[in-house]
Amino acid sequence: MHIFANPARFLSIARPLTPWLGWGGALLIALALIPGLFLTPSDYLQGESVRIMYVHVPAAWLGMAGWSGIAVSSLMQLIWRHPLAAVAARAIAVPGALFTGLCLVSGSLWGRPTWGTYWEWDGRLTSMLILFFLYLAYIALSSAGAERGSNDRISAIFGVVGAANIPIIHYSVEWWRTLHQGQSIGLGGSKIDPSLLWPLLVSTLGFSLLFAAIVLMRMRAMLAEAKIEARLKRMTAE
Amino acid sequence: MNHWPFIAAAYALTIIGTLAVLVASFVRMRRAERQADALTRRD
Repeated sequence: MHIFANPARFLSIARPLTPWLGWGGALLIALALIPGLFLTPSDYLQGESVRIMYVHVPAAWLGMAGWSGIAVSSLMQLIWRHPLAAVAARAIAVPGALFTGLCLVSGSLWGRPTWGTYWEWDGRLTSMLILFFLYLAYIALSSAGAERGSNDRISAIFGVVGAANIPIIHYSVEWWRTLHQGQSIGLGGSKIDPSLLWPLLVSTLGFSLLFAAIVLMRMRAMLAEAKIEARLKRMTAE
Repeated sequence: MNHWPFIAAAYALTIIGTLAVLVASFVRMRRAERQADALTRRD
């Protein structure tokens, strides 16, 4: 990871990679969502509403993976003081918050026809809502740190501490068995029928690639903005 | 209960939200990189 800590080396990889991730992700999403909407069978128990799974599960995965990325980047920032680590963590925050919000809204829209309610203070739903608030707090903290131009250790510590919520989200369906269904896909295999599973996997991969493209674009923007600021300061001083 | 309005709303919100962040990130990146390149050329 240390070799990518150099912004020039990072940019030489990120520039050609961004369009591939973006277009590849968009193509995979289209290949998954169109059949997911119109071709795959409905579920014997949930009926047509199971199709919400193809947007809900990728959003949930990216909300959790996003915060895991923030935690790892924050740890690298605190331990090795990598110049790109703080930039990566800040770049993940907004798309991470978006997908967490989309997970909550799509889950709510799935819950109404399936459970008969938009919201229940269930372990999984509540821990996911906490993750959304953690994202908002992180965005506020890191934006304030970036404006001050400080090293921003506070948001890095917050990023690491907030990761405690990730295993709580993951195991919430086992610890508090209330309304949300248990885990359907694990290391041992899947309980989902293959006719419903393939669009889910393709959609998750597609959204993940698009998420990576968004993060790279935001990192490139932040690096360019830092370069502009440094040059303007130098020009003012001359 | 008809499930399709719920499905349509979930898909529409996901696609609109994703596109909004994608476009905003792309515009911010293009603007910043062009400005940085222009400053580099001036030096």
